[in-house]
Amino acid sequence: MDYVVAALVGCFVALGVYMLLSRSLIRMLLGVVILGNGVNLLIFTAGRLTLDIAPIVPEGVGHSVGPIANPLPQALILTAIVIGFAMFSFLLVLAYRTYQALDADNTDTMRVAEPEHAPNPTLSY
Amino acid sequence: MAAENLPSAMIETVTHAAAWVIVLPMALCLMGAALLLIVRKYSGLGFMLALTVVAGIISCETSLLLQVMESGPVGMTMGKWLPPFGISFTADVFGASFALTAAVVTLIVLLYAEADRPASLAGDGFYALVLLLLAGVTGSFLTGDLFNLYVWFELMLIASFGLIVIGGRPVQLDGAIKYGFLNFLATTIFLLSLGLLYGLLGTLNMADILRVASLANPAAMVGVAALMLLAFGMKAAAFPVNAWLPASYHASPAAVSALMAGLLTKVGIYALLRTLVILLPTTRDALEPVLVLVAVATLVAAPLGTIAETNLRRAIGFLVIGGIGAVLAGIAMPSLTGVSGAGMYIFHAMLTMTALYLVAGLIEKQTGETDSRHMGGLYASSAPLSILFLVLILGTAGVPPLLGFWPKLLLIQAGLAEGDAVGGLLVVALLTNAVLTMIAGSRLWTHIFWRAGFIPDAPLAEAPGRLHYLATGLLTLLIVAAGLWPNPLFEVVRIGAGDMVNPARYTAAFGLAELTP
Repeated sequence: MDYVVAALVGCFVALGVYMLLSRSLIRMLLGVVILGNGVNLLIFTAGRLTLDIAPIVPEGVGHSVGPIANPLPQALILTAIVIGFAMFSFLLVLAYRTYQALDADNTDTMRVAEPEHAPNPTLSY
Repeated sequence: MAAENLPSAMIETVTHAAAWVIVLPMALCLMGAALLLIVRKYSGLGFMLALTVVAGIISCETSLLLQVMESGPVGMTMGKWLPPFGISFTADVFGASFALTAAVVTLIVLLYAEADRPASLAGDGFYALVLLLLAGVTGSFLTGDLFNLYVWFELMLIASFGLIVIGGRPVQLDGAIKYGFLNFLATTIFLLSLGLLYGLLGTLNMADILRVASLANPAAMVGVAALMLLAFGMKAAAFPVNAWLPASYHASPAAVSALMAGLLTKVGIYALLRTLVILLPTTRDALEPVLVLVAVATLVAAPLGTIAETNLRRAIGFLVIGGIGAVLAGIAMPSLTGVSGAGMYIFHAMLTMTALYLVAGLIEKQTGETDSRHMGGLYASSAPLSILFLVLILGTAGVPPLLGFWPKLLLIQAGLAEGDAVGGLLVVALLTNAVLTMIAGSRLWTHIFWRAGFIPDAPLAEAPGRLHYLATGLLTLLIVAAGLWPNPLFEVVRIGAGDMVNPARYTAAFGLAELTP
């Protein structure tokens, strides 16, 4: 099963990168989300996939009996999901505000901070 | 497996009261930021509160640094779980002293911002965001866990997003889009490398990584390290992936650009230093050709950007990138001297780049222009400003006896000690960088201050206040003083680099010394 999930991670990352290469902000945002989900899935796979064995210590024993699922990647992914969601929300609002202010959702036409025909430096001195 | 055969997983001793000083700076920042959000409507209170919190952080970190200088790295692990289960905070000399420098820079920027911010912006949460940014920076310097480093990076990122867009002018939104996307992409790549590293080693604790890194497949480790180099290189704005920095830093008000130029890229390059030099030294050797190429390209390309740029703060943005090249040169030759030089350059860059942006803000205020072609003759109306700018430019280029000279001296020594073509190449690149920076900086100075001006008789757009000069002057004085009396700094980087090159004392601080692979 690890190989299937690993291939899925590859698809997610490839799709995310492809979307990020677009000039449209909305497509880039979707790319960021897909890339982020691919990475989350990767961490999950990196912790090794195991079926149906919850990481719970039986009462009164004090230690685990037999193999258990790795609980750490779940904690890591949960953190990463929350952070990724916050970043995505911020970028979404930012993209919308930029669209209102600059009337542009295409990175080629967003040239306020970096003017397209920047003047040449003066030749004196 | 019977329970009594398991190695101990808990720390059974009581945490020493002095050890709490490691987490106190972050706790103070986060609590201060929360408090500032509550009281943000009360004008005047925010500044005083933020100043008090940062002063408290400075005193904490001073005591931490003294402790670390005397008795070696100290560590503290959360929740009593031994690494790799508990999250560790570890302060070595580099971490503690960079954190202290970051807090000092923040204090100066707070003074400047108080003088600079229009009254209409009161209550926008600026001070809370500054403290959150400082929390992220300090946490990145003091953490002992790579995933925790990722969390601090994101905290720093979200705070800087807020700082960039405060005011909401179109140019800021445009800059924030480029800054936001590329930096978020960089942290995602970092997370990707963390996932792979966890899959290979089963741990993300720094001391634990150091212990087991040699057991993993070296080829896979090179892949992980290359991803980290890309991620941290993007955060640090190293040459091929530097586009976001000159696109965004000039958009926000001068105080915000100064804070970000002083702190953010330095955290990126520090993370690269920590991961490649301490954690994955053998993997770093495999990546050395790439590191050398990136260092040389950054060193040479950045000052050329400064020469070609007419917008003053964008031009200074390229000088920030040039400094990153110098630190990369140190990472490319990780001898004791090389790492000392890289560490010392980070101090210099934190102080000098902040000061340069602050002075640029004053220049823009006086002339009412952002483009150096439209400035001129400012010397007649503001001689002190011209002196400040000249001193900082000379410092950036590395003219003795200013602070910028000493780290470059160490780096060039390290390059010559390598004794091969690579060392020679880096030395040539460092010297070329110094000359080009000198040309670029003196051109800026001449254009803005010296040439017959367009505006010498025109009334000043807005005269800077006393607090502006106090903040900028204090920082410049600190740079000059540290340059004239560099011995304490040399002592700090000597111990810090020693612990980087030979991390035995560093791992011992995690409480993992008794475990063997």
